[in-house]
Amino acid sequence: MSGDAVKAISRVFGWLLFLSLCLGSAAFARTTDHSTLDALQGPFKTGPDVTKACLSCHNKAGHQVMKSVHWTWDKISPTTGKRLGKKFAANNFCGSPLSNEPRCTSCHAGYGWRDNTFDFTQQDNVDCLACHDTTSTYKKIATDAGHPLYEPREIPPGSGKIVQPPNLAKIAQQVGKPGRNNCGACHFNGGGGDAVKHGDLDSSLIKPSKSLDVHMGVDGQNMVCADCHTFNDHQPSGSRYAVRATDSHGIDLPKDDHDRATCESCHSATPHKKDKLNDHTNRVACQSCHIPEFARGGIATKMLWDWSTGGKRGPDGKPLYINDDHGHLIYSAEKGDFKYAENVRPEYKWYNGVVHQIAITDKIDDSRILEINRVEGSASDANARIWPFKVMHGKQPYDTVNKTLVVNHVFGKDDTAFWTNFDYAKAIQAGMDYAGLPYSGKFGFIETRMNWFITHMVAPKEKAVPCGECHTKSDEGRLAGLTDFYMPGRDAKPWLDFIGWAAVVMAIFGGLAHAAVRITIARRNRRAS
Amino acid sequence: MSTERVMIYKRFERFWHWSQAILIIGMMITGFEIHGTYSLLGFGRAVELHTLFAWTVLTLWAFTIVWQFTTGEWRQYLPGLRNVDAMIRYYLYGIFHGGKHPFNKTVLQKHNPLQRLAYLAFLALMGPMIWGSGLFYLFYNQWPRFGLDAYISLEWVAFVHVVGAFTITTFFFVHVYLTTTGPTLLTHIRSMITGYDDHEH
Repeated sequence: MSGDAVKAISRVFGWLLFLSLCLGSAAFARTTDHSTLDALQGPFKTGPDVTKACLSCHNKAGHQVMKSVHWTWDKISPTTGKRLGKKFAANNFCGSPLSNEPRCTSCHAGYGWRDNTFDFTQQDNVDCLACHDTTSTYKKIATDAGHPLYEPREIPPGSGKIVQPPNLAKIAQQVGKPGRNNCGACHFNGGGGDAVKHGDLDSSLIKPSKSLDVHMGVDGQNMVCADCHTFNDHQPSGSRYAVRATDSHGIDLPKDDHDRATCESCHSATPHKKDKLNDHTNRVACQSCHIPEFARGGIATKMLWDWSTGGKRGPDGKPLYINDDHGHLIYSAEKGDFKYAENVRPEYKWYNGVVHQIAITDKIDDSRILEINRVEGSASDANARIWPFKVMHGKQPYDTVNKTLVVNHVFGKDDTAFWTNFDYAKAIQAGMDYAGLPYSGKFGFIETRMNWFITHMVAPKEKAVPCGECHTKSDEGRLAGLTDFYMPGRDAKPWLDFIGWAAVVMAIFGGLAHAAVRITIARRNRRAS
Repeated sequence: MSTERVMIYKRFERFWHWSQAILIIGMMITGFEIHGTYSLLGFGRAVELHTLFAWTVLTLWAFTIVWQFTTGEWRQYLPGLRNVDAMIRYYLYGIFHGGKHPFNKTVLQKHNPLQRLAYLAFLALMGPMIWGSGLFYLFYNQWPRFGLDAYISLEWVAFVHVVGAFTITTFFFVHVYLTTTGPTLLTHIRSMITGYDDHEH
């Protein structure tokens, strides 16, 4: 079958798939009106009470969720075999959830992970509503280990603002498919605030325009996260520990694995009308051209986090906090120095599907900047493609003797938590003791880099990166840093250019000189006659 | 002595020559932009036009090759070293001193001995070098299918292409200058347009 025929068929199937997605979420959405179910009439005292009610019908859902990374925060990398997940993988944002659970687990798909005694086998502790609330009124409170409010509370304390608990029965009666608010509640706020972590995920994607995200744009396809991050038995597809460098499977048909977290799942590997563009798709990830900048939604993302300066106090003896002109916190006694940026051009790296993620127990080389999750690949690696990244700059505590990163105990009302006492020595000792990891007692700060795959905020095709931003001799070229391959428009042999232009110039001047002699002699002859 | 107008360059030949001239100029302009020498149309647009011109010139060549063989005109490009020295002597000396052009165009021999060599080099060497490497360039992504990626690299295909480009550009300027060496500055160009050449008897 010719390439064109395959393309045409792929396109037809792509549309069928798209239509089935649309219909699936509209016409065939409901066969059950949850508001009429006896089990959901409430009232519900706690989140786990709601979960029990859900599980009284959906009797496999709890155990499905309990296998998912949303619950375990523990995952074996499919490419390196290394044990990762939030419990083990290092990062250069907040650090480790260990010893800081009540704060961090406000994004756990469960209730009550307060400390390391949490029972991961108790299915009533699964939080169904975080993902299935359709009213946008369900909120896990920041500091209660994944629970929502059950009583009115003044937040923050002393502010006089009383926050009311959500109406769990009403929410339970209106459950549905996860929307952007559900996923966004955690994934837009990674790193402790809106837009902080990813750069391509923030609250601007709740109601984005088409120009910000061509798929999610409310004035366009109006897709939600789960349209691409398809779930199978409550297991999400797509993982940043093992991002697929290339999806050689291509279009995902109904008979396939229902994993659509790649562009190719809907668009195929050769989606362009222009053949030369399709020629790029084996070496350049779609995202590299189609996401010209990240943090485009008007919300700045954090680009630098320097823990080493944390703990300063102002003249009044109180912990110091400094905001810049845009209202961004640029210094916090709790966390150190920050830098932010909007509309950021990604950095580009070869990536072959393997991420070398540092775990908090790994020996590190402190003689240079530590790359926390090096992505593997090069031009000579046929499986590698050029991918865009947000490269997060960090400086964070580590054990200078044992050469490991450390668990920093930041959150809590005890006398060791850094955010309460501003004493790194105590906070790190407490964190390492809690985690049961060896600690020499001596710490320093190491500069770190972390690669964040840029894969959301896909721009409309008109806004794709123009060819000349890579194919250029300019030092500002997007791929100026990737020098291990020949790229037309950028690379040339200077000696060949020299010889070539010399030949052209000699041809031109040779002609002119010859003409000059002809003219001169002709004039002289004319005068002579 | 009488002057007779003789049809030297037939209609297809003139069409071929001038359309090829336009295409080559277009490919020089877009090609050196693709090479990164300057920015004019933007890389993407330059590539598109360059590719379009390339396919057009290849199509033109296909017709031209048929034309050369069916008309027997291919003989016009048969090289020889006889009288090349006379041509060189003319360009280096005779032309300045009112010497007579050592070659008379006829329908059977429309190219002087130097032209035969130069045009043969153009058709048999420079042309194939540029469109051969150009086709490899265009079908870069098909190399693995034929196992070619083990033997050739884009860098060296580009090298050959650029060598071809510089050679043709140099040829172009010399060629244009030499059109002015007829009895008057525009004689040669005029006969390339009208097809007629004035013959003295």
